[in-house]
Amino acid sequence: MSTPFRVAGHGRVDRSATLAFTFDGTAYTGHPGDTLASALLANGVHRVATGITYGRPRGIVAAGVEEPNALVQIEAPFPEPMLTATTVELYDGLVARGLGGRGRLAATPDPARYDAKHLHAELLVVGAGPAGLAAALTAAGTGARVVLLDSAPECGGSLLGTREHIDGRPAQEWVDAATRRLTAAPNVTLLTRTTAFGHYDDHLVLALEKRTDHLGAAAPRHLARQRVWRIRARQVVHATGATERPVAFDDNDRPGIMLASAARTYLHRYGVLVGRRATVFTTNDSAYDAALDLADAGVEVAAVVDARPTVPERLSRACAERGIPVHAGHVVTGTSGVDRVSRVHIAERDGRGARRHGVDCDVLLVSGGWNPAVALFSQARGTLRHDAGLATFVPGGPLAAVRTAGAADGLRTLGACLADGIAAATAALTALDIAVAPVPVPAADTELPHPALELWRVPSPRDGVDGAAQFVDLQRDALVSDVFRATGAGLRSVEHVKRYTTVGTAHDQGRTSGILASGIVAEALGTDVADLGTTSFRPPVQPVAFAAFAGRDRGDLFDPVRVTALHAWHQEHGALFEDIGQWKRPWYYPLPGETMDDAVRRECRAARTGVAMMDGSTLGKISVQGPDAGCFLDRLYTNVMSTLKPGRIRYGVLCGVDGMVLDDGTVLRVSDGEFLLTTTTGNAAKVLEWMEEWLQTEWPELRVHLTSVTEHWATIPLVGPRSRDVLAAVTDGLDVTADAFPFMSRRDTVIAGVEARVCRISFSGELAYEVNVPSWYATSVWQALYDAGRPLGITPYGTETMHVLRAEKAYPIIGQDTDGTVTPQDLGMSWVVSRKKKDFVGRRSFGRAENLRADRKQLVALLPVDGHTLLPEGAQIIATETIPAPPVPMLGHVTSSYRSAALERTFALALLRSGSERVGETLYVPLDGRTVAVTVAEPVLYDKEGARRDG
Amino acid sequence: MQLIPCPWCGPREETEFHYGGQAHVPHPEDPAALDDEQWARYVFFRDNPKGPFAERWAHTAGCRRWFNAVRDTASHAFLSVYPVGAPNPLGDGSRQGQEAGA
Amino acid sequence: MTRDARALPDHPDFLWRNADPKPSYDVVIVGGGGHGLATAYYLARNHGITNIAVLEKGWLAGGNMARNTTIIRSNYLWDESSGIYEHSLKLWETLAEELDHPILFSQRGVLNLAHNLQDVRDSKRRVYANQLNGIDAEWLEPDEVAKVCPIVNVSPDVRHPVHGATYQPRAGIAKHDYVAWGFARRADAYGIDLIQNCEVTGIDVSGGRVTGVRTTRGRIAAGKVALAAAGHTSVLAAMVGLRLPLQSHPLQALVSELLEPVHPTVVMSNAVHVYVSQAHKGELVMGAGIDSYNGYGQRGAFHIIERQMAAALELFPVFARAHLLRTWAGIVDTTPDASPIVGRTPIEDLYLNCGWGTGGFKATTGAGWAFAHTVATGEPHPTNAPFTLDRFTTGALVDEHGAAAVAH
Repeated sequence: MSTPFRVAGHGRVDRSATLAFTFDGTAYTGHPGDTLASALLANGVHRVATGITYGRPRGIVAAGVEEPNALVQIEAPFPEPMLTATTVELYDGLVARGLGGRGRLAATPDPARYDAKHLHAELLVVGAGPAGLAAALTAAGTGARVVLLDSAPECGGSLLGTREHIDGRPAQEWVDAATRRLTAAPNVTLLTRTTAFGHYDDHLVLALEKRTDHLGAAAPRHLARQRVWRIRARQVVHATGATERPVAFDDNDRPGIMLASAARTYLHRYGVLVGRRATVFTTNDSAYDAALDLADAGVEVAAVVDARPTVPERLSRACAERGIPVHAGHVVTGTSGVDRVSRVHIAERDGRGARRHGVDCDVLLVSGGWNPAVALFSQARGTLRHDAGLATFVPGGPLAAVRTAGAADGLRTLGACLADGIAAATAALTALDIAVAPVPVPAADTELPHPALELWRVPSPRDGVDGAAQFVDLQRDALVSDVFRATGAGLRSVEHVKRYTTVGTAHDQGRTSGILASGIVAEALGTDVADLGTTSFRPPVQPVAFAAFAGRDRGDLFDPVRVTALHAWHQEHGALFEDIGQWKRPWYYPLPGETMDDAVRRECRAARTGVAMMDGSTLGKISVQGPDAGCFLDRLYTNVMSTLKPGRIRYGVLCGVDGMVLDDGTVLRVSDGEFLLTTTTGNAAKVLEWMEEWLQTEWPELRVHLTSVTEHWATIPLVGPRSRDVLAAVTDGLDVTADAFPFMSRRDTVIAGVEARVCRISFSGELAYEVNVPSWYATSVWQALYDAGRPLGITPYGTETMHVLRAEKAYPIIGQDTDGTVTPQDLGMSWVVSRKKKDFVGRRSFGRAENLRADRKQLVALLPVDGHTLLPEGAQIIATETIPAPPVPMLGHVTSSYRSAALERTFALALLRSGSERVGETLYVPLDGRTVAVTVAEPVLYDKEGARRDG
Repeated sequence: MQLIPCPWCGPREETEFHYGGQAHVPHPEDPAALDDEQWARYVFFRDNPKGPFAERWAHTAGCRRWFNAVRDTASHAFLSVYPVGAPNPLGDGSRQGQEAGA
Repeated sequence: MTRDARALPDHPDFLWRNADPKPSYDVVIVGGGGHGLATAYYLARNHGITNIAVLEKGWLAGGNMARNTTIIRSNYLWDESSGIYEHSLKLWETLAEELDHPILFSQRGVLNLAHNLQDVRDSKRRVYANQLNGIDAEWLEPDEVAKVCPIVNVSPDVRHPVHGATYQPRAGIAKHDYVAWGFARRADAYGIDLIQNCEVTGIDVSGGRVTGVRTTRGRIAAGKVALAAAGHTSVLAAMVGLRLPLQSHPLQALVSELLEPVHPTVVMSNAVHVYVSQAHKGELVMGAGIDSYNGYGQRGAFHIIERQMAAALELFPVFARAHLLRTWAGIVDTTPDASPIVGRTPIEDLYLNCGWGTGGFKATTGAGWAFAHTVATGEPHPTNAPFTLDRFTTGALVDEHGAAAVAH
């Protein structure tokens, strides 16, 4: 297959290999080293996309990341939306199509892997063009850790697309030597295909490395496709180059209209002629390089249209030598063509369209000057200043640890860029007290270009609305006339104009359009563009796939799962699990054929009538040690803990300073100087942090240490009237009688050869023990209890049964029966609030006006009049049997609701306004458009006397 | 992500730390002696300046110790760190404004 | 040229005068964001007060209004909240005609996902309360969630499975700039001065009564001063010695490139901590939680974005190769109970509208309406009566934390 626009003797693509690809359904070939754009141009394809708003044909404008037009959708090997053809490296089997401004996401999961790595360095150099290479070479010699990044597959930057000389030799030789030296240097990390996309606080620079994209379907599956590098450098040099900008004129969006430098890059880097007959339109010297290089490569340059009144002698002579007509003081006023530019209309700039004539051509190369790439520097909070000579914004000067170098600094000759790179690296390292030996500046062109003309647009010669066919932002299809409408609507800020017109909000982040828009706004308002400034440069500098940011934090690694030491046993015994915080807790253990209701009823019955056991290991456990531990706990818990005798246990409630219940649990006094307290599963980390905060910031004088021991202890509640029998069976000589081992006390014993702390605690109202053993032995102790209980029908139970049992006793679950607006008094637990203590955290809040209201919401039980009706948790409570028109006054809500085997009926707990006064009343719960009558009851429904606790 | 200079561990990444809000807001000696409004000031009202701010941080994923820092809330830059209990480097006048409506 | 039907509607040809300050106004509103502009508009429309200046330190609606994810919903738990947000939503429903300005209010519904059993309880509680408050809330089971939004991963095998969701069909999104500019245009038409690049540097108080403001463009006398400055409220209040229960935090958001329609509604998740919609042009718009520390920098830390991306992919695996185009941060002023403060201050004729945290955009209409009422009459509107500064003393908080940790 022929590629008619590939030219011999130019380019860095590997012509010994051929890559087949498909674009818009047509098969083409290219070579390794091509981008999709260069391969399409080599095949003579310019029209690659469609404008989003007006549907006009669009071509390739640039050769790099600044491309505003050539948006493509990758279809194979895996769909990826909205890439620019200029940044897609060609690979065999690539299937792509041009887009009309919107991409399409794959319907199937992305099979690729993504990851992230950290790097630390003294110096980070972003950009491996001439300035960046010079900077890195300078630093490499010092032994300091250096990181050098470049987006391209190889170093060289602009040198890859030009034909300059360094030290009298082709610049490529210098690039090759520099690359070799940097690759060999042990202190240098050189990352190609790596784009720095954000500069954050404390010089964290994030970069994306495209590791396997260029391999297409051949990419090894085990390699991360893309990698985010988190680079923390003490000094950063942004040698990010500059971007050429266009000039707006009528019909400036036709395929074949490109940046002049892009045409030059396609020739030198890819060996591609962008056309056969070119017109060049410029406001500055740089486009002449393109005209001359293209002419030398065999392109007929039909005209150079230079908006400046006079053309520098050197350039006009060079053009004359090649027979290129130069039209000084002229501008392009418009273009013709169907799918591609075929004619350019030019006129004298001052003549307002007079003596307009056409030039036939198949490409129009445009240069309106250069913008330093300052986005990263700006993100680092570098300031910008307007440079009248360059007609753009340039860095205002280095920061303490962030510098710019080369074209990013606004420099315009290769010699100056090389010198600036060396100077920037030297300054950066010197700031770190790293000695830098003087580095000779390689010899290169230092002849300054002639002054450029500031020209944002050419007024439309046509009748009608000025600028109605002049595109400022090609990707957003935003017109010069849109900018004028914005200013005409009263807008004065560039940010407003950006939002009104959407200029600069697209994929290319306004690289080619932003300053143009500012210039045109300035023109419309009659102000100076220097005063208008730019819009903000927001990260990322280039679009980055969501998956690259997610990295490895997907699926199970998104959030760690915590399981107890007994997890495998639960799985083997058919448990279903409930997520609580990060924990997996057994929810219930259905037997074959059982529904959840069946299983829970069976588990409840076992606990109330026989013996049952559960895994309570997820309870938070905090060891509080030190001579002032009791005093410390007294200040936090609502009740007194310091009076606890060693070996005794007390229930306690913690409130925030706002007096609302924060958490609850038991406090065991292990010894005079040691307490062990439990927290709810979900709040363990929060409570420990909160306690540390009080201890360290408020009462640092207290001699107390806090340690989480949650994972150290496995906790096994053994519950039910027969639990004593089971405990007796597994312990040797432990007196388990109620008198010898009273409620809320602890005994040490040995179970299955393991030292165990057994606490007589009940969260069900039944006789119950809580067996605590080191987690390491959890399974053998659990199994020993289970085996000993088998003859008594011991039944493992999960959180659901635990909830039913505790609700029958009105023990609240923090976070279910409370919501951050509930006090201990609201829960009917005034008994847990000490009247003796002068103060504890939150006490003062109990005295606020709102807390003293009699009609606070209080915890009650609700009994549906029909004992079979199960109220939904979360249901609201109203006073009337019929539901009035909204808003309906609500009295409270159902916090917990269950079927009770013990009560042989359904019941619920609720937070109810004036709840304790309403006991006995009938209220209503709206449900599916009708209401369910409920009777308000005292919260404790089962064993009100507490008779079952001792078995 | 910022580097936060933990006084005990040295500079560590922001994700290792927990923010604790304004520093030098002691729990009242005798809350019972305060009226509701004074108590509300302690519970809910904190300074919120744009500029240097003395605040508390905990190195929760490191040494688990609390410390104080002066940070510029406009630039987010840490200006100094110091131990709990040390005087406020911004002095007592750092509070923006007095109590309202007293 | 012919415009594509998918293109956004045109803006009106004229928006507002670029007014210069006069020496004196009946009402000076500090803050030219959505709330400030809506307040000015409703002061004129509902109360006939038009001698008003809206002072904006930067460019109009360039703060949080330009930086938010534009979710509009009213399915809040407490009566007080649903009162003001539902009033807002009703105003949104007629706002385009009211302002004669396209605001692209798209009532595409909002799903709030539940990922564990307690989420389900809390969600259903909110639905039951919403329904009794006349708000169109529903509970959806996972298969119904998938019908509303087919790209949500409702597989039970994921780390945080979707147990269901609350759904408010009337909720949706609007185009933030259009909203602000719609209010601005109509306020301007009433003769209200919208004054940009005018930063307030001091507030004059005499005998316990506010008399005017000092600005970078000179002193402006004012009969009443109304603060509507979101994250900068504390800084302004400090000028008169007023300390508020506010903390300012960075809140980040992001957009993708333009994509073909893929996401038909708005999805929010507390447990996985992300909220996502697809805007009119086609970009995915996302947000998550606030950065933890106080900050006025309009910049946040990147690990927040990384976490948000991971969360988004948990819920929407198809987003893997969507590209992040832009991130940014606003400054939100949060209160201890995640509810706003709208009302009088201890200083006479100085009024306060703040503390909207991450949820201010959706309240632009209702807050503007209620704040205008309060400023005009000196008394709160029924919808903002509960949101006093005094509630922090009495303890009558409106605690929306439990109901929506992500209160967007």
